[in-house]
Amino acid sequence: MSERHLLTGNHAAAYGALLSRVQVISAYPITPQTTIVEELSEMVASGRLAAKFITVESEHSAMAACVGASAAGARAYTATSGQGLALMHEMLHWAVGARLPIVLSNVTRAMAPGWSIWSEQTDFLSQRDVGWMMLFAESVQEAQDFVIWLYRVAEQVYLPGMVAMDAFILSHTSEPLIIHDQDRVDAYLPPFEPLYDLDPAEPRAYGGLVARDHYYEIRYKMYENMERAGPLLAEAGAEFGEVLGFPYGAVDTYMLDDAEYVLVSAGAMSSNVRYAVRLLRERGIKVGMLRLVVFRPFPFDEVRLHLGGRAKVAVLDRNMSPGHSGIFAQEVRAALSLGAPATDVYGYVLGIGGRDIRVETVIEVVEDLLAREQPQRCLYVGVKGLPIGPARPGAEIRPLEPLRSEVAP
Amino acid sequence: MKWDIPLEEWVHPGNLGCQGCGGALAMRLALKALGPDTVAVIPACCWSVIDGLFPVHALQVPVFHTAFETAAVAASGIKAAKVVQGRKTTVLAWAGDGGTFDIGLQALSGAAERNEDIVYACYDNEAYMNTGIQRSSATPLGTWTTTTPDERPESRPKKNIMEIMAAHRIPYAATCTPAYPEDLVAKFRKAKEMRGTRFIHILSVCPPGWKMPSDQAIEAMRLAVLSRVFPLYEIEGGLSYTVNLWPDEEVAVEDYFRMQGRFRPLFEDPALLEQVRGHVEDQWATLVRRHERTHPADRSAPIPG
Repeated sequence: MSERHLLTGNHAAAYGALLSRVQVISAYPITPQTTIVEELSEMVASGRLAAKFITVESEHSAMAACVGASAAGARAYTATSGQGLALMHEMLHWAVGARLPIVLSNVTRAMAPGWSIWSEQTDFLSQRDVGWMMLFAESVQEAQDFVIWLYRVAEQVYLPGMVAMDAFILSHTSEPLIIHDQDRVDAYLPPFEPLYDLDPAEPRAYGGLVARDHYYEIRYKMYENMERAGPLLAEAGAEFGEVLGFPYGAVDTYMLDDAEYVLVSAGAMSSNVRYAVRLLRERGIKVGMLRLVVFRPFPFDEVRLHLGGRAKVAVLDRNMSPGHSGIFAQEVRAALSLGAPATDVYGYVLGIGGRDIRVETVIEVVEDLLAREQPQRCLYVGVKGLPIGPARPGAEIRPLEPLRSEVAP
Repeated sequence: MKWDIPLEEWVHPGNLGCQGCGGALAMRLALKALGPDTVAVIPACCWSVIDGLFPVHALQVPVFHTAFETAAVAASGIKAAKVVQGRKTTVLAWAGDGGTFDIGLQALSGAAERNEDIVYACYDNEAYMNTGIQRSSATPLGTWTTTTPDERPESRPKKNIMEIMAAHRIPYAATCTPAYPEDLVAKFRKAKEMRGTRFIHILSVCPPGWKMPSDQAIEAMRLAVLSRVFPLYEIEGGLSYTVNLWPDEEVAVEDYFRMQGRFRPLFEDPALLEQVRGHVEDQWATLVRRHERTHPADRSAPIPG
């Protein structure tokens, strides 16, 4: 039977790999990911997990070893964080182009310099355009379950997937965790039966030189399968509920039905957002939350459906794309541009480098949101000595004036 | 000597190699020794082109193309999967000098230190030939390349990759060249029967990059060995040295250098040529001392196999 334990997000991620019966693990230690690989090392050493663990000399090599193992037909897993994920970047592309269903847990961490081990999503979101399925876990339970959920879909579409888990707030915080019964996980996630596995009886070449008359079609198949991944994640998420008791979907909502104001959130901060929503409701403010669970493939329909027509939408970004805005804000605006009832989107950047996002912080954001009349691209929350506002005082977005046509004198 | 190179071919006739390509010859011979239960892992190098343009390829074993710096570790991952699946397939990482001496050295060192059960072969043509003859850390002192032009030829000696690999105390490291095919095949056969990381360093002629006619390709590699610029030897366990070929004729280093346009700076700077000659003599003397320490009674151990 499934068992209830008190465990950290990192241990939960290791249990996700154990329950998925991964066959090859390759990883390099980095704070705050280390306890994932420590736990997995013990699982392998004790024989609980029948896998090969390759202790490589870098994250780039960790992903390259997973690429080799997966190409040869093994279920492969790794975990990393921040600088490590950035170093992997080239091989993340390789995993996608080679169509390998690898799963990775990334403890989201702020990028150096200065050295920071604290929570921020920019490392993860910098991998946005590579072509991995990307999920944001909010709880210890999700840190475990999303690994299993991802393998299920990854092996259907031959695309890799990564789970984001907030540094310390999720990675090192203990919460109750249901460790599922192995038989039930086996019923949900069958063994990996690869289409190709580098079998010398079928001497094919993989990933070699390709000319302009084939490359686009090869990539098109990859894009097409990423589109398939959306409905498959939804289907597999619902089945996770039926078989294992926890239903998952592309988004999660809280007090959204009659909400005039919506906070868009992702990851562990969503728990504080949910609490702030409840307190604001007590004050009579009609606010709700939309949590993005699946980031790639992006849930366009859910975002248009849940956000279109609201009085105001505030997007909470624990990340930043300098010169533009928070990355979720960009994505939400882009989805709403595809035909949705009008709404105004306000971008808020907060929690950079592990700065706390408290319930009070979220309430301040909503108070600021209520006071504004013009949607804003990027408002910074909690910079010492500064009120919530744009990067330069007076640089707020203003209503557009018509272009002047007269020639300068 | 008995000719016992297998007649079976594991490279299809017709590939994209240049005329006289040492890398193409070496692959043909290496696969004769390793046989068909082999997976080849090829990072960015001439062989990513030689193997052919999708949807065809030249090898009759599976080929996994991987990123430039990852031959040794991608091979490690493939081997791990094969072990989990209970298969005995030989995993061959096949990289150029750039992918071995330079960008792939970190992953190679990691694999060697872990003693991964792979055969790693470096076909060394002593520069980035695939991208148009730029210097690598395998380029010898005094050599012309497009990034070490005549006015400033290569100013540092070739990196000693064999000593780097020996320092990892791997079971087997050996040098060879397709100009001595029996020796090359014997070394790959010996490697195949061993476990752990096996490293084979192949001097591999590149007529376009070495600036010489392709019909002298074999002669060039033979003179490299006979002039002691590239001795044939093995290192077992990182400590036991065996010289496999003792040149019995006096071949001057100039005989090897003169046939290649890339060495023209050596003939315009007598001091540079003397410096190179000194390096070759020192390296040979060191090698002989190590051989004699390993084989106190026998100065001329036979070719292995």
